[in-house]
Amino acid sequence: MTKTEAIRPKPAAKKRADNHAMAPINARLTPEDKVELLRQMLRMRRFEQASLKFYNAGKMGGFLHVYIGQEAIAAGTVSLLGEHDHIITAYRDHAHALAVGMSMNECMAELFGKATGCSKGKGGSMHFFAPDKNYWGGHGIVAGQTPLGLGLAFGIKYKGLKGAALCFLGDGAVNQGCFSESLNMAALFNLPVIYIIENNRYSMGTSLERSSAVDRCLAQRAEAYGIDWALASGEDIYEVRAVTQKAIERAHHESKPMVIEFDTYRYYGHSVADANHKGGYRKEEEIEHYKNELDPIRTFKARLIAEKSLTEELYEAIDAEAKAEAAASARFADESPFPTVESVFEDVYFEVDRQTEAGRTGRFFFND
Amino acid sequence: MALIEYREALNQALSEEIERDPNVVLIGEEVAQYNGAYKVTRGLWKKYGDRRVVDTPISEAAFVGMGIGASMMGLRPVIELMFWSFATVAYDQIVNNAGQIRFMSGGLINCPIVIRGPANGGTNVGATHSHTPENWMAAIPGLKVVSPSNGYDAKGLLKTAIRDNDPVMFMENTLLYGEKCEVPQEEYLIPLGKADFKRRGKDVSLIAHGRSVLIARKAAELLAAEHDIDAEVLDLRSIRPLDEEAILETVSKTHRVVLVDESKPFCGVSAQISTLIMEKAFDELDAPVRRVCSLDAPAIYSPGVEHLQLPTPDRVIQKVREIC
Repeated sequence: MTKTEAIRPKPAAKKRADNHAMAPINARLTPEDKVELLRQMLRMRRFEQASLKFYNAGKMGGFLHVYIGQEAIAAGTVSLLGEHDHIITAYRDHAHALAVGMSMNECMAELFGKATGCSKGKGGSMHFFAPDKNYWGGHGIVAGQTPLGLGLAFGIKYKGLKGAALCFLGDGAVNQGCFSESLNMAALFNLPVIYIIENNRYSMGTSLERSSAVDRCLAQRAEAYGIDWALASGEDIYEVRAVTQKAIERAHHESKPMVIEFDTYRYYGHSVADANHKGGYRKEEEIEHYKNELDPIRTFKARLIAEKSLTEELYEAIDAEAKAEAAASARFADESPFPTVESVFEDVYFEVDRQTEAGRTGRFFFND
Repeated sequence: MALIEYREALNQALSEEIERDPNVVLIGEEVAQYNGAYKVTRGLWKKYGDRRVVDTPISEAAFVGMGIGASMMGLRPVIELMFWSFATVAYDQIVNNAGQIRFMSGGLINCPIVIRGPANGGTNVGATHSHTPENWMAAIPGLKVVSPSNGYDAKGLLKTAIRDNDPVMFMENTLLYGEKCEVPQEEYLIPLGKADFKRRGKDVSLIAHGRSVLIARKAAELLAAEHDIDAEVLDLRSIRPLDEEAILETVSKTHRVVLVDESKPFCGVSAQISTLIMEKAFDELDAPVRRVCSLDAPAIYSPGVEHLQLPTPDRVIQKVREIC
C-alpha cells in the first residue's frame, strides 16, 4: 500500500457506516434530529454558494475560503457541544459559525463588509466570532489558533468546568511549529483540547504528498506526545459524531487531549482566486469523484431517505428554505450600511471603548 | 516605607494581585520551581502552588498563545518572557491574536493579559538577547506598552497592568532588578498613560523611559554641577498610552528637548515623540529636538564596548550642550 492510499481510505464500506449509525450518540437521534443535521449542512452549502455568487458580483473584498464539501464535520462536531464546550477554527470559518447558531444575516453582512456584520465589518470572511456561543473565531494565520485552543482548554480546566475545547485546523497547519508546541503542552498539562484536522488534501495548491511527511496519517503525529488519535471519514456525519463524541467524553471525564483527523475534500479552490480548475494542481475528475461519490449531504440524504426519516418532498422544502434564507441574507447585507471611517478607532482598546478612567488617561491613537 | 529591590517590588505586585483576584495566574519558563530566571517570581510557587504559578516548556508561541486563549475565557494571565527578545518567536501570537482579536471581533472579545520580562541591552549577551522591542510593540494599535524606571513605579504600574482589560506589554530591565528604592507598605496603583517628572528644571527637557531615565538623571546632575544647566527629566513610564500633555508641558517650559531612548533611533520611540513635538509644539521650540539612542547597529557583545553603544550621560550632555 502506498502512503497516498493509506491516508485516503476507500469510501466507507456500508458495514462501517452502519456501525457508526448505531453508535449510541447516533442511535438516540430522532428522525427530527437527523433532519436537523441535514438542514444545517444544507444551510452551510446554500449560504456559501450565495456568498460565491455575490463575491463574483463584486460585493466583497479580499478572500473567500469556502467550505463546500466539508459540511459534515462542522455540522457533526458542533451538534455534540454542551454548555462548557468551546470551538475555535481557522479561516475557513463560515460553516462553523452557522453551526453554532450565528445568523446568515450577520455572517453575510460581514462578508459584504457592512456595519451589521458579526464583526461590524472589521474582520471579514476569515474572522467570524461569537463568544456568547462559545465560538472564538475565525483565525487568518495558519495554525495561529492552535495555541489559543490550548488556552481555551486551560481556562476550562482552571475554572473546574466539565468542558472541551475543539480546535479545528487544516492539513497545512500541522506543519507549523506552534501546533507541535501546543500538542506537547496539551499532553504535559492534561488539557481537554481536541485538535480536529480537517484534511482536505490541499494546503492551498500544495497536495498533502508534497507538504507533509507522513507514515500513516497526520493525526499519527500525536503519538509522539502520547496523545490518542483517530483517523476517520469526514464525509459521513454519523462517523464524525461517533468519533468526536468519544474525544469529548475523554476530555470531560479524564481531561485528556486528542487529535482527530477527518478525511474530507473541498470542491472549490483554497480561496476564490485559485489555480484549481484550469489545469492546476488537481484534476477535474478528482473533484467530480468526490462530488458524485462522497458528498456528505448527498450521502446523508440518501441514508435518511432509506431510513424513512426523510422524504424527497421534505428535502426539497428544506433546501428551498435554505436557499431563501441565504438570498434574504444577501439582500440584508446589500441594504446594510458600511461602517464609518471613525469606527476604526472603536474596538481597539476595551478601556477606551468603555471610557473608563484608564481609557481616558494618556493618548492611545497617533493620527496627526 | 521599605527600601527594596526593583525585582522585589515586582514580586510584591504579583503576589498581591494573585491574592486579590483568583483569575490571576503566572505562566512562563522557570517561573515556578526555579523561582524565575531573574528571581522576580521568587517564592510565589511555594506560596501559591501549581495552579497559580505554572512552569512551561521552552515554547514561547504556545505558552503566550495559551495565555491569550485563557484570557479570552476570563482569566488574567501574567506571562513571563525570560527575555523580551524572545518575543520574536511568539510574535504572531502577540501581534495577531492579542493585538487584533478585539478589533476583528468588532469588540466582542478582549484579552486582559500582561506579558512581562526584561527588555534591555547592556549585559553582554549578544544581539539576540539584547533587543529593546518597545517600539515593535507600541507600533501595534491594540497593544499597550509600559516601561518602568524604578521599583516604586514598577510595582504600581504592574498592579494596574494586571487589572487592565487590554493586553499590556510590560518591559523591565535586568540592570534595574537589583536597584533599590523606597516602596510604601500600603497598596497603591499608578495609572498607565501618566508620565512623571523625576527632576524639575528650566533650561532643557530630557524625556526618557526605562533605564534611560537613570541616564538622563545622571546627565542632569552633571549638567547642573559642571555646566550650570538646569535640566528637567520626564519619565514617560508608559509608551502607549502616552502622556502627551506632560510632554507638551515640559517642552513649553524649557523650549529645548533631548530625547533619551535605549531603543534604536530608526522608527524608535524617540522618533515618534520627536514627531509629536514637531506637530504639536513646533512654535515652542528654540532649537531642534536632539536624540540619544542606542547606536544604530545590532547589539555588540564585547563587554569593553557594549555600554558605549547604549545611551550614556556623556552623550546626553554633549547633545544638550549643542542646543543650550
